[in-house]
Amino acid sequence: MNKKIKFGVIVFPGSNCDADCLWAIKDVLHQDAEFIWHESKNIENYDVIVLPGGFSYGDYLRSGAIARFAKVMEKINDFVNKKNKFVIGICNGFQILLEAGILPGAMLHNKNLKFICEYVNLVVENNDTPFTNKCEKGQVLKIPIAHGEGNYYCDDKTLNKLIKNDEIAFRYSTLKGEITEEANVNGSVYNIAGILNRKKNVLGMMPHPERAMIEELGSTDGKYIWESLINFIKKS
Amino acid sequence: MQNYEIAITDEVLKEHNLKRDEYENILKILGRKPNLVELGIFSAMWSEHCSYKHSKPILKKFPTKGKYVLQGPGENAGIIDTGFDIGIAFKIESHNHPSAVEPFQGAATGVGGILRDIFTMGARPVAVLDSLRFGNLNSAKTQHLLQGVVSGIAFYGNCVGIPTVAGETVFEPCYDDNCLVNAMTVGVVDKKKIKKGIAKGVGNSIMYIGALTGRDGIHGASFASAELNEENQKRRSSVQVADPFMEKLLLEATLELIDKNLIIGIQDMGAAGLTSSSSEMAFRAGTGVEIYIDRVPKREQGMNAYEVMLSESQERMLLVCTKKNEKKVEKILKKWGLHAVKIGKVIKEQKFIVYEKGKKVADIPIRALTDSDYKYFPLKKQKGKKPTYLENSTIKISDIKEPENPEEVLKKLISSPNISCKSNIWRQYDHMVQTNTFTLPGSDSAVINIKDRDIMLAMATDGNGRYVYLDPFKGGMIAVAEAARNVSMSGAMPVAFTNCLNFGNPEDPEVFWQFEKAVEGMAYAAKILKTPVISGNVSFYNESVKEAIYPTPVVGMVGYIKGDKKNYAKQYFKSEGDIIVLLGITKEEIGASEYLKEIHGLVKGPVPDIDLKKEIGLQKTCIEGIRKGIIKSAHDISKGGFAIALTESCISARLFGAKPIGAYVELQSDIRLDALLFGETQSRAIVTVEKDKVMQLKKIAIKNKILATEIGKTGGNRLIINIDWASKKYSKKINLTLEELENLWLNGVNKYV
Repeated sequence: MNKKIKFGVIVFPGSNCDADCLWAIKDVLHQDAEFIWHESKNIENYDVIVLPGGFSYGDYLRSGAIARFAKVMEKINDFVNKKNKFVIGICNGFQILLEAGILPGAMLHNKNLKFICEYVNLVVENNDTPFTNKCEKGQVLKIPIAHGEGNYYCDDKTLNKLIKNDEIAFRYSTLKGEITEEANVNGSVYNIAGILNRKKNVLGMMPHPERAMIEELGSTDGKYIWESLINFIKKS
Repeated sequence: MQNYEIAITDEVLKEHNLKRDEYENILKILGRKPNLVELGIFSAMWSEHCSYKHSKPILKKFPTKGKYVLQGPGENAGIIDTGFDIGIAFKIESHNHPSAVEPFQGAATGVGGILRDIFTMGARPVAVLDSLRFGNLNSAKTQHLLQGVVSGIAFYGNCVGIPTVAGETVFEPCYDDNCLVNAMTVGVVDKKKIKKGIAKGVGNSIMYIGALTGRDGIHGASFASAELNEENQKRRSSVQVADPFMEKLLLEATLELIDKNLIIGIQDMGAAGLTSSSSEMAFRAGTGVEIYIDRVPKREQGMNAYEVMLSESQERMLLVCTKKNEKKVEKILKKWGLHAVKIGKVIKEQKFIVYEKGKKVADIPIRALTDSDYKYFPLKKQKGKKPTYLENSTIKISDIKEPENPEEVLKKLISSPNISCKSNIWRQYDHMVQTNTFTLPGSDSAVINIKDRDIMLAMATDGNGRYVYLDPFKGGMIAVAEAARNVSMSGAMPVAFTNCLNFGNPEDPEVFWQFEKAVEGMAYAAKILKTPVISGNVSFYNESVKEAIYPTPVVGMVGYIKGDKKNYAKQYFKSEGDIIVLLGITKEEIGASEYLKEIHGLVKGPVPDIDLKKEIGLQKTCIEGIRKGIIKSAHDISKGGFAIALTESCISARLFGAKPIGAYVELQSDIRLDALLFGETQSRAIVTVEKDKVMQLKKIAIKNKILATEIGKTGGNRLIINIDWASKKYSKKINLTLEELENLWLNGVNKYV
């Protein structure tokens, strides 16, 4: 059961958290990981595809709007539909998943119209997923955000569906896990920080778990997410 | 075919910022009249910005060598040795004039330029620092500039993915018309792969990579070499436009080219664009260049040789490679979605030759453009004169009324523009990307980890313009000492620095005197502290019709934290019950302080004294104490003095996700209350240790001839300072809640950002 899990981190022009994800997976979690160039069409050999943060294609037009047309993205839908395959989109990666229609909703500019980089608190809304099974429900994770467009938006119908189907992974909260307007750092609908697809094998989240991996960086709570995933795949 | 023949009138020379005697020299160099293209090339290369014609003789006073120096000044950036297989490249540069006119683009392109200076050396940028100066915070103009500059820096650095980790922001009315935007970048380079800006090898190809050439920024270098007035305030076309996405691609492509050893030399097309990059590369190699204008990729139709040679369009680089490698270079650029175009070649004759449609449109000896030792180079032998304002620039301390209520003073200072928290500024910067930022913004220096090596970097910028204004020599010394002190507070040994020298018009003998004395002070401190200068930049003409700025040298210091333990410290109190120790002695000095300005409305000296031997002792004490794990927190005493440093040590915890911890302190002293609490005596720090480690710290301090005084302990949620005088009636007390102090501190500058 000690088989290493194979992660592929997609590199778009303008990705800038690709190396951080690789470091988190390889150096901190000791799993296999390699970069996948955005023109590649071979992704079926990986267990997990990571869409990293950054400014793919300079965020021109809209964040993620151009990246969704990258060659590698043509294969993502097939990948997602297979068994035991997982996708995690972080920050810009989440924006790309929304643009590609793999996850519902859209991103608006932060409510203060400014880029925000800081540690935030997230409450785990659903711990019965491949990405959160090592967390308690209601646990508060301390993980940083760094984005200008992370104000998640969806209409009421979609929100109700997300709630009903347990597709909300994380919400912005206070240190104690309370959902307040003040804790809603970027103005997201329902304080949403991360959501899953129906099948629960795709997670999109604005906070950066790869940045909260060692004490010196301020938190190790990011490990919960990666280790949940590793745990889940090893068991399945 | 365009005709570049022109009649040289005073008007034409003025437009090109050339003096009549400089023009006479051009005639002697060429042996004929220059055409318009040539005049433009001379204008750019002989601008202060490119030629350093006023500053060069003075800059020679800086020590530039040392056991750590791999590359000193004169290249795109300096490099220091880590003792491992890697070197650390860094440099600071100004983008003051563009930012004053167009803050967002001006600041953004400033970051872009300094990033390129670092990665052209083959170094991957790991951190950006910004040193900013604005006018009166209450003015609408300042608030506009502040927001524009901060969002410009954020826009650029965040996109490229380089963390912006440290810096300072200072407000003084003298910067009302001339804000200062100095950006520094630090990079890590494989020592075997260091690249330089050289055009070596006759017959080799000159390739152009990156963005297209447009009409933006034409004459940027000469724009930056004149005072700002109403006329050139309108010169927004002299400000370039930033494209950080292009920069990111260029960065990756360049590092790949260097990694695969495909190029001989490379340089950023910065100020004076294609002209300066190609001529400087040729000069360093002792060669010449031929440039074919028609091949230069252009953004706009109908651009002529004059415009192409002087454009300062951003995100462009020039490289030299062998003919054999041209195709390989093109292939890598193509992978990153960029073009590589051969636009010229290296020639034997040391000449700068430009062809347009087969016709020679410029033919100039290289040395005339770049070599300050060249006979006709317009090097100035300016003489300085002590400014008259200095005759009446000091107070007698006995003339200053002592404050009745120290609590009120503390509250006013902690919320004042230069002391209050700047977190809303750095919150807009991605300061965590690359997962190396071990000390986030808000401490005395940032700490950047280097993965897989037993070394970390501490870095800080500093430069107190008011000190330099009131005493240029001492102010220069303190700028270097304080930047080094900041780095040592993290536990790092200061190694070397870069500097950005922001001054007024050097043709004014009084400004020149400030410049010369400030450099002498910095050079002296650099020698004593053994921290050589490895790179830098001079920005003159920071002057408006109304006034010149304070002479403002900014020092960007880098230090090493070595050893497998990688012990380092931050400024805030770590736990309750720790012993607070004051390192250093406090003198009766209130001159030039924030206190004197904020409370008494006076900008007057004397600037605090500095004894560099004491300074070294203090720094060594902190470095050793931190390395041995004895010191748990360390914060230097600077703006606002002891009481402010102590308050910050209590309340800055929250910036790092920790809970603020109060302090109970007893001071016994016979000096004035205001000097004791708010004076800015140099070479002091507040550190904390666990109770059983006080003796160990004292031993280290004694060894370094530094006084270490136990003054109290941490704990609770109040800041309490009891001041005990021999005569009880003078005894005073500060007793405030951290909550109140924190609110004041967080709502000073932050509400304007």
